Amino acid sequence: MSGEPIRRRDFLRRAGTTGLVAAGAALGGAWLHDQRRGDGYFRQQREAAAGRLPSYRVDRGSQAPAMAVARGRDPEALVRAAFGALGGMDQLVRPGDVVVLKPNVAFDRPPALGATTSPAVLAAVARLCQEAGAGRVLVVDNPINQPEGCFHKSGIQAAADAVGAEVVLPRPAAFAPLRIDGEVLTTWPMLYEPLARAHKVIGIAPLKDHNLCRASMTMKNWYGLLGGRRNQFHQRIHGIVADFPHMIQPTAVVLDATRILMRNGPTGGSLSDVAAGDTVVVGTDMVAVDTFGYGLLGRDPAELEYLHRAEARGLGSTRWRDQVWREVQVG
Amino acid sequence: MPAMPFLRITRARWLSQLFFLGLFLFFAFVTQFGYLKGYPVSLFLEVDPLVAVATALTAHAVYHGLLSSLILLIPTLFLGRFFCNWVCPYGTLHQVTGWLFNRRPPPARIDSNRYRRVYALKYYILLWMLVMAAFGSLQVGLLDPLCLFFRSVTVSLLPALDMAGGWIYLRPHSHQLAWVVGLILVGLVAANLIIPRFFCRALCPLGASLGLLSRFSLWRIDRDPAACVDCDLCLPRCEGASDPHTNLRKSECFVCFNCLDDCPHDALRFAFLPDLMREVTGPDLQARRAIFAGLLGVLFYPFSRRSGDLDENFAKEVVRPPASVAEPEFLERCIKCDQCIRVCPTNVLQPAMMEAGVEGIWTPVLNMRMGYCELNCTLCGQVCPTGAIQQIAIAQKLGVGEFADLGPVKIGTAFYDRGRCLPWAMDTPCVVCEEVCPTSPKAIYSREVEIVTRWGERRVLRQPYVDPQLCIGCGICEHECPVVDYRAIRVTAVGETRSPDRSLLLGTAADAPRST
Repeated sequence: MSGEPIRRRDFLRRAGTTGLVAAGAALGGAWLHDQRRGDGYFRQQREAAAGRLPSYRVDRGSQAPAMAVARGRDPEALVRAAFGALGGMDQLVRPGDVVVLKPNVAFDRPPALGATTSPAVLAAVARLCQEAGAGRVLVVDNPINQPEGCFHKSGIQAAADAVGAEVVLPRPAAFAPLRIDGEVLTTWPMLYEPLARAHKVIGIAPLKDHNLCRASMTMKNWYGLLGGRRNQFHQRIHGIVADFPHMIQPTAVVLDATRILMRNGPTGGSLSDVAAGDTVVVGTDMVAVDTFGYGLLGRDPAELEYLHRAEARGLGSTRWRDQVWREVQVG
Repeated sequence: MPAMPFLRITRARWLSQLFFLGLFLFFAFVTQFGYLKGYPVSLFLEVDPLVAVATALTAHAVYHGLLSSLILLIPTLFLGRFFCNWVCPYGTLHQVTGWLFNRRPPPARIDSNRYRRVYALKYYILLWMLVMAAFGSLQVGLLDPLCLFFRSVTVSLLPALDMAGGWIYLRPHSHQLAWVVGLILVGLVAANLIIPRFFCRALCPLGASLGLLSRFSLWRIDRDPAACVDCDLCLPRCEGASDPHTNLRKSECFVCFNCLDDCPHDALRFAFLPDLMREVTGPDLQARRAIFAGLLGVLFYPFSRRSGDLDENFAKEVVRPPASVAEPEFLERCIKCDQCIRVCPTNVLQPAMMEAGVEGIWTPVLNMRMGYCELNCTLCGQVCPTGAIQQIAIAQKLGVGEFADLGPVKIGTAFYDRGRCLPWAMDTPCVVCEEVCPTSPKAIYSREVEIVTRWGERRVLRQPYVDPQLCIGCGICEHECPVVDYRAIRVTAVGETRSPDRSLLLGTAADAPRST
């Protein structure tokens, strides 16, 4: 070897650098080393889901009405009368509460076609919440059609803006997998971000014919909180709908039967598919409210499979007449 | 060299460039549901004289706002290719890229800004495009800078930027072959590192048209040979490579005025009607090459038309946006700007690569796996600057009210693939397609049948059908079908309203039964 011998300092610096790089690579590799076999990998994937939704119910005592029906023309007066007959919004919403309202905004349709929750009903519920002292009112749905168009065309966005409620659009980041542990659904991505902030949740569903599950009412409305591959639900639709009252225990539900989509549901599309219903039903028992609602469609609740499945699981009662309920006529 | 004054024309030029680049990007951003309001988002494309002239050649008409392209002729006829360095947002992008990434010592910059013969290429490209246009094939959008830039922003840039936190789209938009459009953008921009303003100098057909027009302009940069010491210091920042150090090439000058700033001897001025002896008035064209470029158009038109894309072998998967004109006329009008793709709220509109034939590259087609045509939406026709997609009212799309005699606008027809359909082939309930079908009555209906499964179990389920008279081809059935790879129901172009030779049923769409 020619040239000058390497100086000790240089040797230490250069060999030390090489040594550090080698040690760093070894440590990094050891740190990132994944020893799981395939089954471990897939099992962990399946069990990675987060917790369950809390219950949003309010204990109002056993003698409080489980359902109230208001009949009349003016949607705002109907909503007020129905919640009044149920015992008042003050029982349900406490000052400072964050309230999530879940209308059905599934389709890009004008409100008169009855495919979506009536903006007047939504606005009235939001106002009642605000009068009861709600801190914030959030309006949440994950529509089937393009979301911004749905909120705009259905009039829900304008109604929310008018009363000072906030529409929370279903951005991908707002979804999280939640445990449902239902009959069909085990875990599923849910529009969780607004629900995580909420103290109270009120579902506001239009009364609609449905091509597959016969009717879309307050139970089916929760479909709109889910994300992911919802188009698989139809393979076991009655089991799925009966899973919803298990998945979420809302503070109350509103069945908006101010106008009723009688046929060609759930999309409608023609004014001739819509009939005047002039009714608003509110309640805390979704099964009871939907049983009543199915009657408003002129059909026999005995034939509606998901109601009976839910009842058999103790998630509500189809025998609403046996419960405490109220009926009021407005105007 | 005297100190340059703070207030000088090149500063005003930068303000103008940044303003128009900002405006272009602003319009590109607001071209979407919820922001659109009344902004004139098509403004840049409408003042583009190349678009106006080429569509006038193909369609024999100047559509709506394209008349405003006359406005752009005014500064060109007085000042020359003023547009290229004062207005064109794509030109500004190239200039800024060069300024940021192509730092070289002055001698190298002087060399890189000398005129080269290759800069005449753009005139031959323009000629080829105009010959194609004269036959009825509109290809200017491939390289027109405004179409090209808007397309790049729509297809590649905005979806990429949206990945940082999802601030543009509610649900992320993707576009097929976005990487190709993105690569073209990056490649053309990267060319600035080798030859400054390569696209503007060598490729741009709009620049070529303005270059041809600039021969009539009354003002130009003029060199005083008596004052000039041949130092070439006018060249290091010459954007157009237009030889200001000698007889100016008028057709190449971008009127950037950098040379006026840089001349240490005040030998250059922007002069009114200067001596014709001291300019090269027209572009550096050779007649035989021009004839050859024209011949390429003369040959390429029949080559592409005889590929059969418009005849019996038309692409069955190519479903066009609602209220598009029939395919031959569509190819006469679509400038591939992809504004329709930008505004489409469901992401169903996609830029075609080869599926619509070679003439249809980057034109909009529907991909029902990525979206569907929203029933109560006509935004694509609202923003189309050339009428390839006609502007229609929602009522016309639905075929109701005063448009009942026309029937609904159909863009295709849905067909079941029963071997893949859950209720038809797998004894499993489904009919999502029927649920989401938006017409009233629904074009998709189902029949309840009782089947016996292979294990002997009796099961009642609904099997779906399409009523072709009611189906409008919106594709939401295909989009929502749970057989997510190759869908069990798919829309093809047959039955589309726009072309009688692709109809399916005898009679008109207005005959379809409908609820009142």
